[in-house]
Amino acid sequence: MSEINATTAGAAGADASARYYVREHHPENGTLLGFWIYLMSDCLIFACLFATYAVLGRNYAGGPSGAEIFELPTVALNTAFLLFSSITYGFAMLTAQKKNVKATLLWLAITGVLGACFLFLELQEFAHLIHEGNGPWRSGFLTAFFSLVGTHGLHVTFGIVWLVTLMVQVGKHGINGANYRRLSCLSMFWHFLDVVWIGVFTYVYLMGVLP
Amino acid sequence: MHEQLDLTKLIFGRLSWEAIPYHEPILIATFIAVILGGLVVLGAITKLRLWGYLWNDWFTSIDHKKIGIMYMVLGLVMFLRGFADALMMRAQQAFSFGDAHGFLPPHHYDQVFTAHGVIMIFFVAMPFVTGLMNYVVPLQIGARDVAFPFLNNFSFWMTTAGAILVMASLFVGEFARTGWLAYPPLSGILASPDVGVDYYIWSLQVAGVGTLLSGVNLVVTIIKMRAPGMDLMKMPVFTWTALCTNILIVMAFPILTATLAMLGLDRLFDTHFFTNELGGNAMMYVNLIWIWGHPEVYILILPAFGIYSEIVATFCNKRLFGYTSMVYATVVIMVLSYLVWLHHFFTMGSGASVNSFFGITTMIISIPTGAKIFNWLFTMYKGRIRYELPMMWTVAFMITFTIGGMTGVMLAVPPADFVLHNSLFLIAHFHNVIIGGVLFGLFAGVNYWWPKMFGFKLDRAWGVRSFWLWTIGFWFAFIPPYILGFMGVTRRVSHFEDPSIQWLFRISLFGTLMIAAGIACLLMQIAVSIINRKKLADTTGDPWNARTLEWSTSSPPPDYNFAFTPVVHDNDAWADMKKHGYQRPRHDFLPIHMPKNTWAGPVIPGVSFVMAFGIIWHMWLLVGVSFAGLIAVTIYHTFNYKRDFYIPADDVLRTEEARTRLLEAHV
Repeated sequence: MSEINATTAGAAGADASARYYVREHHPENGTLLGFWIYLMSDCLIFACLFATYAVLGRNYAGGPSGAEIFELPTVALNTAFLLFSSITYGFAMLTAQKKNVKATLLWLAITGVLGACFLFLELQEFAHLIHEGNGPWRSGFLTAFFSLVGTHGLHVTFGIVWLVTLMVQVGKHGINGANYRRLSCLSMFWHFLDVVWIGVFTYVYLMGVLP
Repeated sequence: MHEQLDLTKLIFGRLSWEAIPYHEPILIATFIAVILGGLVVLGAITKLRLWGYLWNDWFTSIDHKKIGIMYMVLGLVMFLRGFADALMMRAQQAFSFGDAHGFLPPHHYDQVFTAHGVIMIFFVAMPFVTGLMNYVVPLQIGARDVAFPFLNNFSFWMTTAGAILVMASLFVGEFARTGWLAYPPLSGILASPDVGVDYYIWSLQVAGVGTLLSGVNLVVTIIKMRAPGMDLMKMPVFTWTALCTNILIVMAFPILTATLAMLGLDRLFDTHFFTNELGGNAMMYVNLIWIWGHPEVYILILPAFGIYSEIVATFCNKRLFGYTSMVYATVVIMVLSYLVWLHHFFTMGSGASVNSFFGITTMIISIPTGAKIFNWLFTMYKGRIRYELPMMWTVAFMITFTIGGMTGVMLAVPPADFVLHNSLFLIAHFHNVIIGGVLFGLFAGVNYWWPKMFGFKLDRAWGVRSFWLWTIGFWFAFIPPYILGFMGVTRRVSHFEDPSIQWLFRISLFGTLMIAAGIACLLMQIAVSIINRKKLADTTGDPWNARTLEWSTSSPPPDYNFAFTPVVHDNDAWADMKKHGYQRPRHDFLPIHMPKNTWAGPVIPGVSFVMAFGIIWHMWLLVGVSFAGLIAVTIYHTFNYKRDFYIPADDVLRTEEARTRLLEAHV
């Protein structure tokens, strides 16, 4: 209430109506909250895909099982790429806080490269599976596998497109309020994908190779 | 030759002249009517030189009030289409007995009932509800716009793009023949190889993006942009229900998106989510779609509950009875709506314990709903009730909805549901709650807020005619299906052999014709009111002696809503201000910070529409080009950093002085 009284009209004591309005009012910017809520809705899409995997994940229909097709060392390397990219994005944010444009761009670039490495390995895994005749149309299990992992990969792809766009914008306008907000949103997005990947790695790959 | 064929296929996919239904006289007549009507409208707009006005003042507007009105116009147009479908079904069933086969072949009839359901839920009820929330919520919380004005415009156009896709299916190709939720395997590629289901999937995907983002938008608006002093338990009840509804939208629509995407993958890429072979599971679709579908029901009804709450308090000149319990009831309904989805398919065979769980949770929902009914009744008790149109719709709702709620509890009993499942009893039940609850609520809300939106009241005489035709026609139309459902008649049937039940269908048709007359009266009401707008004008901004902040500003409100942000000391803030002799500030205005219009709002959904059309018809070249365009336009849009401007203090002063003169002239 003190904030309200402090900003009411000048002749506050004289005019009783003045307690019913403020002359200046600036509501908080809701972008970060909004983006976070959007991410939670995105999380529900992944929840559906995880649930689908839970239902279909052992429907091999005479095709291969997870134990037969998953190459854990490659996936572990892939996981490392993505986890490190989250760390480097963290560094990008730290340097952005100090308005250090050059260092921010450098860390963003490293993040993007790590993301691209992740995507490359994932696409290679997909191509290999499809080449062997184990595409998503082979069985319920592979349908669920490709859709869950592929949706994550699609998110990483859009994350990289966004990241490149932001690098251009940061290069052009520096780290102003709008760009810092955008960097924060992408930061949340990137870390969110990391968390989802930990779920994928554990639930699909690690548990998938169990008998 | 072969190469040329492939090129045609790349460009046109499976679209050919055969997709145009020139052999269906009903569709041709409709098509000609639409073209002629469209030419008249377009010609009139061109002649009156309104294109610039429409584009600058409406289509690209980020003003939540204008977007709200555009949503409602969309809802009204689609309502007429959806009702035409209803009329055709009723007419078909009233005459298609024995040797007579009616005028709709099954192939066409199945599309009609699917389109009716899809349109009424997604493109009538949703836009109307979203439109009202868009218009009213920022005003009720004392804000100048929503949290993300650009997204708001974008969301509206995504919804519209989805609606246009459904309409396009009427004349190019066909719509789904699967029922409004498109259960596989019927909606799978083997049973439905044509474009109908694809129209269904992609129109809902496009519109779904809009719905989801407008949900995010309104949640953030309500959480972050309330006027100082308005803590959560001082929010108007409509804002509370809007908050819960939008939380439900954010939590439910992603599930629809994911489910329809899976169905689309099954159809396009031969995957096995819901197929009968190679490890698919069709019942998973039914579960997933209802995990979205049941909350969807509450997405529609909760704002209607909010509308009734505002109206009852206003027209009884009393504070709402049991505000706190009303809020908690809303929140409880919001949570419980996620725990009941399986009651839509008790017959799946989940076993007694699962069915009991979902039967009991379903029955529990009637407790907070009943609490609301009692709150409204107790608000009326010893109130000074004014039976204006909004209040009449509210009373009609309380009677109709209570009966519909009771038949719902009957369906919630699993053994009873095994008898009534998929019968016309179910149809009667959900029309009873959706028409009696949501639609009556929207009529109440439109009659209530119309003067705020346009500065004049709606004509009472035509409104009363519409009211009685609707309420009586409703019972004529939906008592017969209750009876027929008990007799075992199932839904979605276009022809019957047993002539002994025909009279019930004819009574139902009679009721539907009464409703048609009610709709005609509604349109007359709007037309007559526009003609008599001078006589019906509201100069006060508060024609009903109402209680919440939207009535503290002028009708229609200025672009900036409030010259100074109001401060709230009590729920029913405006009633509190009036009680303490509040005087409007008249001078010392400041420049007001506002968002700028956007071209990207209509353009990006336009490209999405093209892309969705391409996917439906397998025009892969078009899909590729429009997808690249979509990304490019979106990125280009993000390079625009200058999205706001200031309304100069002088303009504010001029607007406010004009209002002062208006108020003084009509003391």
